[in-house]
Parts: sequence; structure tokens; C-alpha cells
Amino acid sequence: MVLSIDQTDDKKKSKAAPTVLKEPKAVRITLTTISIAFLFIFLVMPLAVIFISALRKGFDVYVTSITEADAWSAIKLTLLVAVIAVPLNTLFGILAAWCITKFKFKGRNLLITLIDLPFAVSPVIAGLVFILVFGAQGLFGEWFLIHNFPIVFALPGILLASLFVTVPFVARELIPLMQSQGTQEEEASVSLGANGFQTFWHVTLPNIKWGLLYGIILCNARVMGEFGAVSVVSGHVRGLTNTMPLHIEVLYNEYQFTAAFAVASLMSLLAILTIIIKNIIEWKTSHH
Amino acid sequence: MKKRTITALALSVSLLLTGCSTSDSKSHAETINLLNVSYDPTRELYDDVNQVFSKKWKEETGQTVKIQQSHGGSGKQGRAVIDGLPADVVTLALAYDIDEVANNRELLNKDWENEFADHSSPYTSTIVFLVRKGNPKQIKDWDDLTKQGISVITPNPKTSGGARWNYLAAWGYASKKYARDETKIKQFMKDLYGNVQVLDSGARGSTTTFTERGIGDVLISWENEAYLSLDELGKDQYEIVTPSMSILAEPPVAVVDKNAKHKGTEKVAKAYLQFLYTKQGQEIAANNYYRPRDTELLKKYANKFPNIPMITIRDFGNWQKAQKQHFSDGGTFDQIYSTK
Repeated sequence: MVLSIDQTDDKKKSKAAPTVLKEPKAVRITLTTISIAFLFIFLVMPLAVIFISALRKGFDVYVTSITEADAWSAIKLTLLVAVIAVPLNTLFGILAAWCITKFKFKGRNLLITLIDLPFAVSPVIAGLVFILVFGAQGLFGEWFLIHNFPIVFALPGILLASLFVTVPFVARELIPLMQSQGTQEEEASVSLGANGFQTFWHVTLPNIKWGLLYGIILCNARVMGEFGAVSVVSGHVRGLTNTMPLHIEVLYNEYQFTAAFAVASLMSLLAILTIIIKNIIEWKTSHH
Repeated sequence: MKKRTITALALSVSLLLTGCSTSDSKSHAETINLLNVSYDPTRELYDDVNQVFSKKWKEETGQTVKIQQSHGGSGKQGRAVIDGLPADVVTLALAYDIDEVANNRELLNKDWENEFADHSSPYTSTIVFLVRKGNPKQIKDWDDLTKQGISVITPNPKTSGGARWNYLAAWGYASKKYARDETKIKQFMKDLYGNVQVLDSGARGSTTTFTERGIGDVLISWENEAYLSLDELGKDQYEIVTPSMSILAEPPVAVVDKNAKHKGTEKVAKAYLQFLYTKQGQEIAANNYYRPRDTELLKKYANKFPNIPMITIRDFGNWQKAQKQHFSDGGTFDQIYSTK
């Protein structure tokens, strides 16, 4: 993660001093070949298969598969969940990382452990927890149902599950980064008379923006792609509570393989798009 | 730039939210939403039923009814309804799963089985074998499944409704063959399930294992699911073998009274299930390879639905008894499967 931030520096260094590399040529070639072959087999090939299978029956079938009502509602739901969950978790991630790295307080380690919890817990369990709490036989019983505000098997449940599984992404990205940066710059800023918010906005944020962006992108990818936890709380109502990954499963189980791959290719495109956007922003800022 | 992104984000959120809420309020005024929570293999059946019923209801009452579908393993779907999935009707794989719904939260009348004709099962099916084209392992009857070297695919009876019918059909055959000698029946079942290579959690999962992944010599399957595989995946690749004896699988339907009352959909929910019993509904069922209850139609499609001796769930008492004896913890399935 920190790697990606230093990437540009590395490139400059490697251009400047290639002679430093002392490994024998054979070792370098073997290692490069292995990593390229690995990338090809585990990344490029499956991706290619998705697009080839998606277009197997022609472009018209492809377009109808992703514009058909249920697919369209799944796309909208997925985007809606991402648009709500990602900003919330970004905010939380920044706050948590700020607290943990810039201050020392009781329960700090506990907070770090809690943030890591969603990584350790299986997504299925995460989903079940919400059923146990908000389900009709859960803590609140039928209260939500009677008041026409269902939590599970509706948007709020899907949101909660998505938020839960993606809590660590932004915070986990920022904590090591902010820890390595220390607090000197902030201390200087405060001693020069800036208030807390000014310090954060003008000193901390510019320092962490690449790590933050990377965290947001990871968080976004996971929100859109989350299957397990969402599957448990979704109820699988077509055209209503199916997100894109769930819709892909439905299509696959209905023998509509081409349509399934069409929606899958759309998800892959979204992923590729986020990576491109990240690179463009990175490139633009480094040129200004 | 940051500010602009934030405004753009806020705008898109509000747009999406308002977009959803307006379309919701509109549909509340003009259309009735009905949620049918069903099991796995009925996707195609209810696609057809919903289309015809919506049209018919519109003609008769002027109301637009939109039927939403949720599919999954029968037990899992029942569980979701208990946990608050607001189903107006449940159309599950076996009576036990609807019994479970009836036993919780007073969701429906415990006597639901007598609400509609034929134990509330408007269509039936049976259990058959799907084998690879040409039947290379010469699988003809239940005995052949217990032979050494045969690889069998069937879902897990603990989680799948279809799998429980499979299990009981095999049990029924063995029971007749060995004149109810329980030790011999259990040995038969042990041999059969010893041959099971993949125990998927649902019927559709097993079908995909057998067809897409190409695992196994024989798939024990719903008759309708077997026919569907032929249609979807090629008559040149598989064929159906009907055993000498099987079980009458009766997938039941019920209105979830409490939810329907809350949403005010009792009338249309009842009409929806009654539609399944009409000539039109029965014809749709038959076209989707479910055996119609209507005797005339059953005769008409006799070539699709061979007449074989069938036991019923009532030969096991009822589903509560069958569940307790065979599929609960420590039941016969656990005995034959864990000690293999």
C-alpha cells in the first residue's frame, strides 16, 4: 500500500541507478517471467474470458442483458449502496486514523482491534449478525416491520452489511502512513497558531491524500463486489434487493451464462475504470 | 477540485434517492406488489405464471399487479420469511418448510394445508435420474446407484428440499425391496450415499455440478429440473431414466396471512394461488414439466410424465414425522452418512 505511494520515486531511482542491481541476469529474467506468467494466468486470462463469454452471442445480446429491468435495478442498487457507504467509511476511516496516530489515549489498541474485526470475521457471519439483531425474531422483533421500515431484506440492511465489511479499508490504509509521518508537522502548524481543522485541512490531508485515495478505491471496489454478507441480508428479491454480484449468481443459476458474464464484464469495467481514474489523478497532480 | 467532487457526490446521492422514492410512491398508487418467495427450480415456472396472471388480473379488476420473485434453497427461503422477508405467498419444495413458517410469529394458519385443494399442492413432480447420453453405466433403477464405481450427484438433505424427496424415494424403494427390514434398508442407503461424490446445498447447485462441471455418472433430480436441463443444455448430452418406483413430490403453496394482511394484499394473493389450479395455470405447470393435478391434462401429456408406482409423504406419516426420523440431528441420514 505504501508501495504505491512511493511508486513514482522508485521509478526515478531505478532510471537513475540501474547499475546498482547486482543480481545475475538469469535470476532477473526468471523472476520477471514467473511474475508475468502469474499475472497472465491469474489476472489477464480470467478477465479476457469474462469479456469473451459476455460477447459470445453478439453485441445485441450483451446490451439487452445489461439494460434488462432486473439487471438495471441491480446496477442502480449497487451504485446507490456505493455512493452512500464509501463516503461514510471514508469519513470514519479518516477520523479513526487521525485519532489513533496523532493522539495517545486509553483504549487506542482496542479501537485498532475493532477496526480490524471485519477483516477477521467471515462476511456470512457479518450478515447473520444483522439478521439476529434486526430480523423479525431478533432483538427488536417485528417493530421495524410493523412500522413499515424494514431493515433486513431491504436497502438499510444491505447498506449496514456493506458498511460493516468495508470499515477497515480506509483506516487500515491511513494508519501506517500517518504513523510513519509522525506528528511534527502538525505540532509545527499548531505552534504557529492554526486551529485543529486548519491543521487537518492544510497539513495532514495533503500528506495523506494518495493513501486516502487508494483506500477509497479499495473500499469502493469491495462495496460493489461484496457477495457473502449482502447475500445473507438481501432476501434475493429480483428487481428490488439484488445487487450486481447477486444478480450475476441468479443469471448463472438460470443457465443464462452469457447474460451473467455480461453483467460480470460490466463490474470488471467499473473496476478498471476506477484504476484508470486513480492513475489520471495521480499523473495530473504530479505534473502540476 | 475536492469541493466539486463533494458537491457532485451529494447531488448524485440526492438524485438517486429522490429517483427511488418517486418511483416507489407512484407504484404504490397504481400497482400492487406481490412477493412470491419460492424455491430453486421454479424460476421458469413462475416467470410464465406471473405474466399470465398479471394480465388476467388486470382484465378482471383493472388493477396492475407486479409479482416479485425470490428464489433459493427451500429451507433457506422459509427461514428468510421467518426472519422478516415480507412474502405475500410462499411456494416451497415441501410442506415441512411451510410448517416451520406457520410455527413462527403466527405468520400463517397452522391448518394451511387445507386452505387449497390437493393438500395445497397445485402441481406435483417426481424423482428421476439424469444420466449422460447413451447411459454408459447402464443405470436403470435405484439398485444401480448402490453399485461400486458409480458416482452419484444429489444435494444435501439437511439443506435442500429436493434432496429430502430424493432420499425418501430411495428409502421407499429399499423399504419395499427388503420388506421393511430396517438394517437392510440402512445398508442400501449407506451404499447409495457412499457413492455420492458431491453433496451440494441446493438442487440447482447439484444440476450445475453434473452438467456444467461434468462431475458424476448420475444426477438424482426433480423430474421438472431434469427436463429443464435437457432443454437448456442439450438433448444430445443427457437422457432421463425413470426408475421402477419413485415418490410423488408435492411442492405446496400458501398465503402468508400476516404479511398479506399488513400489506392489504390478501385477496390478490389468494387469487394468485387459486390461479395455479385453473386449466390455464395447470397447462403452464405442465409446459414447465410439473405434473398437473388436472387428470385430463395429465393424460394429454402422458408421454412426458410416465405413469410409475409412487409412494407419497403419507407413507411416512407426514413431513413432521419424516423430518424427525430421517433428517433431524441423529436421524437416519446422520446414521448412514457419518458412519460410512
